[in-house]
Amino acid sequence: MSDDTTIQITVDGTPLTAQRGQMLIEVTDAAGIDVPRFCYHKKLSVAANCRMCLVEVEKAPKPLPACATPVMPDMVVHTASKLARAAQKGTMEFLLINHPLDCPICDQGGECELQDVAMGYGGGASQYTEGKRVVFDKYIGPLIATEMTRCIHCTRCVRFGEEIAGIRELGATGRGENVRIGTYIEKSVVSEVSGNVIDICPVGALTARPSRYTARSWELSQQPSVSPHDSVGSNVFVHLDGTTINRVVPRENESINEVWIADRDRFSYQGLTNSDRLQTPMVRVDGELQACDWSTALAAAADHVRRQDLGVLVSPNVTLEELYLSQKLGRALGTNNIDHRLGQLDFTAQDAAPVMPWLGMQLNDLETLDAALLIGSNIRKDQPIAALRLRKSALKGAAISFINPKRFGLHFDACENIATRYDHMVSELLCVAMACGADVSAMADMPSTDANERHQRIADSLNNGERAAVFLGNISVQHPSYSQLQYLAVAIARKTGATLGMLPERANTAGAWLAGAVPHRVAGGKKSSTEGLNAHAMLEAPLAAYLLVGCELEFDAANPAQALSSLKGASSVVAISSYMSDSLREHADVILPSATFTETFGTYVNATGNWQSARGVTAPPGDARPAWKIFRVLADELEIDGFTYDSPEAVTKELQGQCGDVQLTNMIQFDSVKAFEAPSTAALLRAGETPIYATDPIVRRSQPLQKSLDGKQAFAFMADAELQKLSLKDGDVVQIKQNGSAVSLPSKLDNDIPLGCVWVPTGLPETAALGELFGEIEVSRA
Amino acid sequence: MSSVPADVTLPTPESVLSEHSIEEIDEWLTRYPDDQKQSAVLAALSVAQHQNLGWLSTELMDAVAAKLEMAPIAVYEVASFYSMFETKPVGKHCVAICTNISCMLMGSDTIVEHVENKFGIKLGDSTSDGKIYLKVEEECLAACSGGPMMQVDHVYHTQLTPQKVDEILDALD
Repeated sequence: MSDDTTIQITVDGTPLTAQRGQMLIEVTDAAGIDVPRFCYHKKLSVAANCRMCLVEVEKAPKPLPACATPVMPDMVVHTASKLARAAQKGTMEFLLINHPLDCPICDQGGECELQDVAMGYGGGASQYTEGKRVVFDKYIGPLIATEMTRCIHCTRCVRFGEEIAGIRELGATGRGENVRIGTYIEKSVVSEVSGNVIDICPVGALTARPSRYTARSWELSQQPSVSPHDSVGSNVFVHLDGTTINRVVPRENESINEVWIADRDRFSYQGLTNSDRLQTPMVRVDGELQACDWSTALAAAADHVRRQDLGVLVSPNVTLEELYLSQKLGRALGTNNIDHRLGQLDFTAQDAAPVMPWLGMQLNDLETLDAALLIGSNIRKDQPIAALRLRKSALKGAAISFINPKRFGLHFDACENIATRYDHMVSELLCVAMACGADVSAMADMPSTDANERHQRIADSLNNGERAAVFLGNISVQHPSYSQLQYLAVAIARKTGATLGMLPERANTAGAWLAGAVPHRVAGGKKSSTEGLNAHAMLEAPLAAYLLVGCELEFDAANPAQALSSLKGASSVVAISSYMSDSLREHADVILPSATFTETFGTYVNATGNWQSARGVTAPPGDARPAWKIFRVLADELEIDGFTYDSPEAVTKELQGQCGDVQLTNMIQFDSVKAFEAPSTAALLRAGETPIYATDPIVRRSQPLQKSLDGKQAFAFMADAELQKLSLKDGDVVQIKQNGSAVSLPSKLDNDIPLGCVWVPTGLPETAALGELFGEIEVSRA
Repeated sequence: MSSVPADVTLPTPESVLSEHSIEEIDEWLTRYPDDQKQSAVLAALSVAQHQNLGWLSTELMDAVAAKLEMAPIAVYEVASFYSMFETKPVGKHCVAICTNISCMLMGSDTIVEHVENKFGIKLGDSTSDGKIYLKVEEECLAACSGGPMMQVDHVYHTQLTPQKVDEILDALD
């Protein structure tokens, strides 16, 4: 820093160095000097409305708020002088006038900023003896409990909505004594990061509904962990009440999740104690699943997986160690039929694929982009914390564009938000590539289309942006023409100089590639000597035996109907799973109950290639065991060497040794591209996604998340014109037929769905009987 | 930057606001830059309230939010802050008696008491026939030289006496 921006100030007699433009409170915070505050929050704008941080500044006629006073050269500040203390005490007394003295029954009690500051800076008694104000609460959803009588109007939650989440849902209505914070009308808040207002609320006005009235904060112990729900890998603390999880809160990590977490990270733990949790091993005897002891189950499992023609399907949400051991066991049994890409259909580019898909940059680089094109990505719901970072770029004027099968709701203004029938995504992207002047010669068989001004605008933004990026999101990976989207994304990035990034779909998608949980590569990304079947091929026709690790194929598979019929047709199905599911109940021959992320040591590799490990902090229920131990004893039963690990860290270390020379790049060279197949234009098409609260077995069972608006996705969404064409009214129940199977769903009006498409999400019990996420369907009134 | 919640469906302005209201709001919008439509929120709410017998329903506020590309809560904040907006149904004629210092010194208490007794309601209430709304006037209406005074449907009446008040209020339809 050059000298003209660095200035000297004196606080409480201590000389401090500060940067011009900094607020006083930032300097005192950095120096560890306590200044009380309520409305100030380092990640939010300065409101200066609580007046708690008043300090004495020499030559100023009255106390000044430290949060809104810029430092000046040679400023002399007293934070604890008689004047400062009197101002703070007076403010405290005013704040407490309307605040109820209900700390003994308040969930915030013991971790309350108001309580702490009142103890430190307030008087012993109040002069105010009149009646206090009462505010009647409105229900704002299943995640946040409100007690607005306790609110001190700091407006942190309001500013969070506007500045961070990008959705103004809470506001300050009324005036003077009648001001209240709330939604004004009775409505659930819908932001996917809404739970953060619980943490920033300095009083007990906004508290976590699921853990309300269940424990006192001083009785809880705190253990670090990593959220296993998306590829950001948000750092969390698990708060334990004895041996049970009481709640999950953010663990600050500026380079990953800053101080925020998504609601999925915060409330998923409610699914850990669901009644579906498997507590004992089970084997099928005479067609019935029966509980048994471990040795019986392991012997049976060993018999089943010894068969020829085994397929190993492993969820990309399990730990890195479990992914590694799954493929190691499969390969030791002589098969390369190993895959984690359960929702993928197009594997054409897998040989050219990078060692692992990754963001192409650090997470904080998302904040300083000038332009970006996201292809097939609902980033706000799929990687909510990464989306908050991208939003910061947009607010600074970056041109962020999308090509999607639906116009997803955004929390910033997009440059172009192209929503098209899914089968037109490739041609839309081709138009952008041509507008960029990219070499797309391998796509010669594409129908020729002319770029319009929208494509040109995207191309110009990428060409002109100094820091530009092209990202492929979750929907791209599930798209039937994934390799074409990849090819075009590479071509655009190459031509424009933009960074090509992947938004890995699941918490350990990157880890799964590194661990070798793919049929064509072993750990460390090295080519496998023989290539096995990919996930889709394994399920297209039944194999003799399946080993399922952490997956629920009725929700995870690219074609659930086909996956279930293959499980049915297999003679052996062995599952290592934490939860019972319908598919296991019907088809599993042996079930080995495994621990979840809070119950075992495990590593998650996030979108930036960061290996983050967390220890188990609770015991698995009943006889469930950490999966690495299950693999160890199963290998022993099978008389396979190389599994005698004495700790899960030993597994991590072994894999680390094999990943030493991994180079990360997404700029792959294509040999061939899949030929373009257009569906008949007259056909009605299904499109969809895996909704935010349907991504993995834990969140699928978290009741608070399922009860929220994002958890209610079992609808046939369509535009007004589509409803009219089918002579339907919004809400009519429709029958949806796809490849011979049919389900009934209520219709729901959504004008963000392109014409000719009906949006039917996957990952839901109501749609599990259907086939592929993208394809032709018939819709009629049920 | 609009911060309209992307997941919230608002009514189209045309489905709630009258043609005349839309026209008036559009006229106000010509006075502000295109990207600062929210500048017209006070005017738009006045227009909307006028269309609806003197009060703003949530639906109307949502329509204004849609029209001005604002988050609905931001419109609720404005409507609930200003005393010239009513967010609950009120009587057809708005009677606001000034009780600020000059009027108080000139005997506004007597006027308030008289009117309350006349209609059998308190300040802040409306008559059960929906005819009269006794508004709580928050601020000085700037007619101190004529105190005590009141405003009836935007018209000032000064130097009030109980008899004069009766004449004025009895003449309302």
